[in-house]
Order: sequence, then C-alpha cells, then structure tokens
Amino acid sequence: MAIKQISVFLENRAGALEGAVRVLAGAGVDMRAMAIADTQEFGILRLIVREHEAACAALREAGYILAVNDVTAVEIPDEPGGLARVVEILTAAGINMEYSYAFLTQSHGRACVVLRVDDNGKATSALAAAGVETLTSGESGQLPL
Amino acid sequence: MESERYYQPQAETMPVEQIRQMQSEKLVRQVRHVWEHVPPYRTKMEAAGVTPEDIRGVEDLHKLPFLTKADLRDNYPDGFLAVPKADCVRIQSTSGTTGRRVVAFYTQEDVNLWEDCCARAIVAAGGTREDVCQVSYGYGLFTGGPGLNGGSHRVGCLTLPMSSGNTERQIQFMLDLGATILCCTPSYAAYLGEALKEKGYKPEDNKLKAGIFGAEPWTEEMRRDIEKSLGIKAYDIYGLTETSGPGVSFECREQHGMHINEDHFLAEIIDPDTGEPLPDGEKGELVFTSLDKQAFPLLRYRTRDICVLDRTPCPCGRTFVRMSKPMGRSDDMLIIRGVNVFPSQIETVLLQEGYAPNYQIEVDRANNTDTLDVYVELSEEQFTDTVKGVTAAEKKLAGAIKTMLGINPVVHLVAPKTIARSEGKAVRVVDKRKLID
Repeated sequence: MAIKQISVFLENRAGALEGAVRVLAGAGVDMRAMAIADTQEFGILRLIVREHEAACAALREAGYILAVNDVTAVEIPDEPGGLARVVEILTAAGINMEYSYAFLTQSHGRACVVLRVDDNGKATSALAAAGVETLTSGESGQLPL
Repeated sequence: MESERYYQPQAETMPVEQIRQMQSEKLVRQVRHVWEHVPPYRTKMEAAGVTPEDIRGVEDLHKLPFLTKADLRDNYPDGFLAVPKADCVRIQSTSGTTGRRVVAFYTQEDVNLWEDCCARAIVAAGGTREDVCQVSYGYGLFTGGPGLNGGSHRVGCLTLPMSSGNTERQIQFMLDLGATILCCTPSYAAYLGEALKEKGYKPEDNKLKAGIFGAEPWTEEMRRDIEKSLGIKAYDIYGLTETSGPGVSFECREQHGMHINEDHFLAEIIDPDTGEPLPDGEKGELVFTSLDKQAFPLLRYRTRDICVLDRTPCPCGRTFVRMSKPMGRSDDMLIIRGVNVFPSQIETVLLQEGYAPNYQIEVDRANNTDTLDVYVELSEEQFTDTVKGVTAAEKKLAGAIKTMLGINPVVHLVAPKTIARSEGKAVRVVDKRKLID
C-alpha cells in the first residue's frame, strides 16, 4: 500500500503555517515528514503523519482545504549518489516526478525521500527491480517509522 | 475670449419656456407612438391605469411607468422596436454580456439626431471644420466610436477613425496628421499622455487642443492630469446606448456640468427607492425619456446613475439643463475599462466553473488603467497538491471570466473564510478608484 500524503492550502502570510501545525498538535498528530512549496501568494504544506485520518479530520474541521495523494517513499543510503541512483531508475522507467523531499529517520545512517510520481505502482516495481526497497505503509497509509 | 459657438444655436440657446413647450408637444406625440407600437410598454401603461389621453404635457410625465434594463432584457432582442425593421438602418448594443445585452435600433433619422448631439459636443469643445478629430473610442457595437465619428463628420472635421488600442499607431497618426481633438475614454487619454511622455514628447509637441472623454467615470484630478500631460482642455461627455449613445449630454467651456440635449431627451431626477420625482438640485437617480427617437423610443428609462440637475443659467449661453457627473449607481454595476460589469456575472462564472460563490472583486486604477482582481475561496474540488495545479485553476477561471466580461481579470484563489465579511454578509466589491473628488 502506498503512503498517504496530506497537502494543505495556505495563504502566504504571517502565521499561516503556525495555524495549521497548531491544529495538528492539538489533535495529537505526530508529523513524520513535511515540506512547503510556496509562491508569492500561497503555499502548499505537504505532510506525512502517523495519524492520517485524525489529521485530515482536524484540519478540515478547522476549515483547511486539503488534497490527499499517494506518494512513494524510499530509504536511501545517506551517502553521495544515493538519491541520484533512485532518480536514474525512475527516469529510465519513464516515470514523471512532480516533486520530492527528503527527511531523516531515527534509524542511524539512513535518509528517506518522498517521491510524488505519476504512477506509484510502476515506480515501486521499477525500484524493486533495481534492488531499491520502497517503504510501505500499514492499513491506514501510515509510514512505518 | 472668443465668442461661444454652437452647432445648432437655435436649439441650444432656446428660451427655457420654449424648451418646455417643445418637450410637452413631443412627449404627447411620443407616448402615442409607444402606446401604438410597443406592446410591452403599453402593457405597463395599462397596468398603471394610464392612457395616452392622460399625458398632456411634461407635467403629466410622473404618471408614466418606469422602464428598467430588466424590461429591455426581458424583451430581447426587439420587443421595444417601435417601427418596421425595414425602416431601421443600424443597431448598437450595450457592453453588457450574455443576459444583459440590450440591442438599440436606429432609423436614419435616429442616427442623424444622435450624430447631431455628438456634433454639439464637438463644437462646444471648440471644434470646427478646420479640426482633425481623432476618434479612439471602440468602433462596432459599442456606441462610442460610431457616435463621435458621425458627430465629427457633421462638424466637417477631418476624422481619424482610429478605434481603440494599438497605442503606437494612435501616437503616430496623432503626430503625423496633426490631430487637434481627441475622443476616447479618459483612462485611455491618460494612458496616451503617459505613452507620449515615455517616448520623450512634451505636451507642446502635439497639436491637440481639446479632448472629449466619456464612457466611464473620472475625477477632476484625472481631468487636470490629462489636461497637463496632453496640453489640452478636457471635456466630459455622457450617454447610454439605451437612449442613443454618447451625446445625451456634454460639457461646455465652463466645465461645470454637462448640458443635456433637452430638445431630444427629457431628464428627471427621482428617489431611487420610492420612484418619486425630486426637485431640481437634489441628488437622485437620473431618468430619461427619448422625445424624438423613432425605432427605440424609451419612456422614463432608469439609468441607475445618481446625479444632480442644475438649472441655473450657464455663462456659455446654452439654456439646456446641466447634469453633474454621475456620483454613483443605484445598482451594483461597475464600469471597468469602459465595460459595464455586474458582480452577478462573475458569480455566474464561478458557479459554472464549480466554485462556491465566495468571492470579492477588487477594482483599482494603476497607471491610469482600471485593474480587476477577483479573489475566490478555494474548495477541495479545485485544489491539487501542486503549485502548477493551483496556478492552472486560477488561469482557467480567469479565462472564463474574460469570456463573460470581455476584460482580463487577475484571479487569486484564497483560503476558505478569508473573504472579508461584514455583519455576516460578504463584501463583494471593493472599489479603490477614487472616482469622485
């Protein structure tokens, strides 16, 4: 099962991010990964959390606009060329990547990369064929970290 | 000072009592014409219990029912046409879009009358057959270009039918052909002034002496700016497609209100809420009755423009009543870049495009051009996780609004519940243009 990512629409103004993360904190949500894409007028906060359903419910309740997507996550060796290899595999398989972002895990020496691709199934197969394991999620799309 | 010139001195300086007498006679005749040839208005008169016999002069005008844009819209395209189509030679149409468009018909006599009114405005601005008149209003369904074009011909000016846009060519012809009178919207006049300056031209480098500017509200401050940047005297002109087009009223050298062509148009000021006529000098909604128009003769047409009538004698010698610049509207219509815009039109587009009708329209003026920003609350249906997805949604919505209004907006998708609300009611329009000093 692919991993679920929550995207939150934020206006580009002071306090917008704070408002959203306060809602998550209030709901007892533990963030595993996050990234922000921003323009002059708005930003998109992308999140992967343990308590996916609770996070969505709390944010919607607070009036936020959300988009939920499946993303692919891989654990890569924390060394030069680690990410390059992953990207090469996806490019060779003809998979388009919209964006990606990295985060560190608690386990020593490993970095994780979230990949927003146009075909998660195909990406997983291509990576597996090249010997790169993707992180899989539990029933509710949580990261097993 | 040079003595005042008039295009039709007999009419323009007619003693007030004679004007009133003439209006009474024309009104009686016009009411009869409408009663016989315009069934929707006859129905209104019958509902109000009025017959042509009840109208013996202007003192009976208040007995007649009002006409609104909705009446004209409901009878689109030709329900108010009062002569056989074969007798018509022209149509013009309002700038409004689907559902709001009004088609006005003209016989040759109607066109002549309209062009005479525009000619009066040109002569009042100092125009003679020696002049070169650059008409930079849009040509086509819009009345601006055709009206001033016709007026310019009548005065005998050399007419440059430039239409709007293509600033490079406007400037080239203005300078190379020595234009002396410029007719366009005030915002375009200001824009031309800026463009000339940017090219290094000083006001004395052009031969312009006067400008006749209308079709949108403008301020005294804007007038002074235009006069300075182009080195001209700037005159206001007013009109609406429903009554003919520009030239219903025009400014003289006094620049103190616009003389209404009272031999053709009967003006009233009413209380927009009660419909009761108000005494001269009081602020209210301007209502027009066309006294001479044959093809499209409107009786007591509510313009929705709020203004004041001034009957004090004008030093220019014209005896026609003067109206102030419109000070506002009694409906929610906005005029943006000369185009009539109703917030409801934007709402219609939002619903068609799958948005909730939570929006705010912000109109401003930058570099003397109106700007239109539309803020729309985003909903999950339109939101994707990518920046390009949100930007594409903004562009798509802007395109749909452009199609509806004919003007390009900038669309901003915003977070829910961020559109300002006052007393629970959303503020739909923020007009930052300071149009009235």
